[in-house]
Amino acid sequence: MSEQTTEKILEIDNLTVSFDGFKALNDLNFSMNVGELRVVIGPNGAGKTTFLDVITGKVKPTEGKVYFQGQNLRPYNEHQIARMGIGRKFQTPRVYLNLTVRENLDLASNRQKGVFRTLLGKPTKSDRRTVNGLLETIGLTAKAELQAALLSHGEKQRLEIGMLVAQSPDLLLVDEPVAGLTDEETENVGNLLLALAQSHSIVVIEHDMEFVRQIARTVSVLHQGSLLCEGNMDEVQNDPRVIEVYLGEQEEEAA
Amino acid sequence: MNAEVGNFAKRQQQKKQQIIELAIAIGLALVFAIVMPALLSAFRLKLLGRFVALSIVALGLDLIWGYTGLLSLGHGIFFALGGYALAMHLKLQLPEGQIPEFFTLYGVTELPWFWTPFYSFPLTIVAIFVIPAIVAGLLGYLVFRNRIKGVYFSILTQAALLVFFNFFNGQQKLINGTNGLKTDTETIFGVLVGSEGAQLAFYEISLLGLLLVYFLCRWLTTGRFGRLLVAIRDDETRVRFTGYDPTGYKVLVFAISGAIAGVAGALYTVQTGIITPSAMEVAFSIEMVIWVAVGGRATLIGAIIGTLLVRLGQTFLSEQFPEVWLFFQGALFLLVVTVLPNGIFGWARDWGIPKLRSLLGLQEQLITYPALEQDPEIQQEREELER
Ligand SMILES: Nc1ncnc2c1ncn2[C@@H]1O[C@H](COP(=O)(O)OP(=O)(O)O)[C@@H](O)[C@H]1O
Ligand SMILES: [Mg+2]
Repeated sequence: MSEQTTEKILEIDNLTVSFDGFKALNDLNFSMNVGELRVVIGPNGAGKTTFLDVITGKVKPTEGKVYFQGQNLRPYNEHQIARMGIGRKFQTPRVYLNLTVRENLDLASNRQKGVFRTLLGKPTKSDRRTVNGLLETIGLTAKAELQAALLSHGEKQRLEIGMLVAQSPDLLLVDEPVAGLTDEETENVGNLLLALAQSHSIVVIEHDMEFVRQIARTVSVLHQGSLLCEGNMDEVQNDPRVIEVYLGEQEEEAA
Repeated sequence: MNAEVGNFAKRQQQKKQQIIELAIAIGLALVFAIVMPALLSAFRLKLLGRFVALSIVALGLDLIWGYTGLLSLGHGIFFALGGYALAMHLKLQLPEGQIPEFFTLYGVTELPWFWTPFYSFPLTIVAIFVIPAIVAGLLGYLVFRNRIKGVYFSILTQAALLVFFNFFNGQQKLINGTNGLKTDTETIFGVLVGSEGAQLAFYEISLLGLLLVYFLCRWLTTGRFGRLLVAIRDDETRVRFTGYDPTGYKVLVFAISGAIAGVAGALYTVQTGIITPSAMEVAFSIEMVIWVAVGGRATLIGAIIGTLLVRLGQTFLSEQFPEVWLFFQGALFLLVVTVLPNGIFGWARDWGIPKLRSLLGLQEQLITYPALEQDPEIQQEREELER
């Protein structure tokens, strides 16, 4: 039991990513236990999306290492990392608009992702059961046969989260899942993530403080590509450095 | 549970539709196979046979462009390779020890080594689709592995087309250069290729080929594989992050598309009587794109309709007013791109048929606001209430 809880799902050592000399991530250290739900916050341009880009293989580290379940991810590209068990939701919902909701989930849940297996294989009964279960979970059963293009913004967000889960990953990376959602949809997504957190490790990147309060256990604050501080919501909110760089800026934005 | 029931009903319905489609397609092909030869003069029938061959290459192009989103401007390469393969076999129908006549013009006395496999008919049939498939697969692998797509892919395919065109044009001593290979005066199974009987046979074979290629494409584009192609077209990055490697899929589809073009090229060549490097002119490969665009991308049927319509239009217009055809073709393309972005078939499917149905009273009459009558969530609630 104690072994299980102290096992690290994600460990990042001295990670630097520079774009033409500009350090989007700067000597970042980060670690996370199996089963944890972690919220990462930080002002615009702090490097949050880049952080996910490095973990998922879209961007390679300039320096430093990323370990997933103890394995260095550097030699692998995006689809290999996805197969190892990391699912990613993008900042803007990215689903296949010309396919139905069910077809979107089916493509993600396919266990055999090689060319010929996909060509010759047929969805099995258990595949279909998985998809039906997911439709329930994300609350889109009634719209299963509808083209994804016809979904509302919030429904697309939920569908994309459903597609992640369909991959049955160990680690979910979710980039700003409630940006642009109504209050009701925000709560739906929050509950969905909390439900998923019972069986997955999840990193949520978020801007919306109300939402962070709804779901957060541990919060990491990113600023100018480095980790500024870490702790529970109250600790983070009362940290003077955070107030200075993040909450202060939000007030500026609001003003 | 509800979802499973709905899904099951949908799959049953799909199966039924597939059978109907199969019946219609075979029925149509039979009509063309039996009625047209009785109706048309030998000259017209040969023309129709050529159009049928061209609509096969359009299907291949629709596969790679319409479904997978990769616009190839170099399909002339694969088309010509298929045509040359068959023409070389026909050129070799000679008494022992002789080589095709044109070689003597250039002082060549020994058959170039790569001609020898084409003595064999079975090897030739295989070469007609395997050689274009290999060339397309190799080209595709180099391009897709480096994640080249969009306009760059189109430009590269066109550059490859120019390379092949110039190569074939310049090689008199290997394949008769600009003059190409004439097939009309050769024999196949002892019958003159240009004879009426052989031409009728080629027409029927072209129809059969179209039918088979159509169902191959239908098979590829339905099911998970087909949906993955659409997914690659619409959001390749998402596909990668879902754990698929798009490279293999794109290489395979490009190779299949090339193979289909090769078959079309071979059938076209024997019904034209000659294959020359002009099959690899830029304009011809672009014309193929126009056929697919006019008929409607990612519809398959549209590719066939587009080819037949454009080519029929060309025949009639250029017989009446030879000067206006090119102008007309350009105008047609512009019109389709701007007014009917989904092509003729796409328009008919999305607009014409629903309109017709409602005019004929086949559409369900809606009493209230359509959003209420057709919203699936409301429908489901209603079903649950009724239970
Ligand atoms: N591919 C890239 N090339 C150059 N600069 C980039 C690239 N991606 C991100 N950046 C820069 O890195 C910084 C961090 O970006 P990002 O990770 O998107 O921030 P966040 O998601 O926290 O708002 C920004 O200043 C952005 O302009
Ligand atoms: Mg971001």
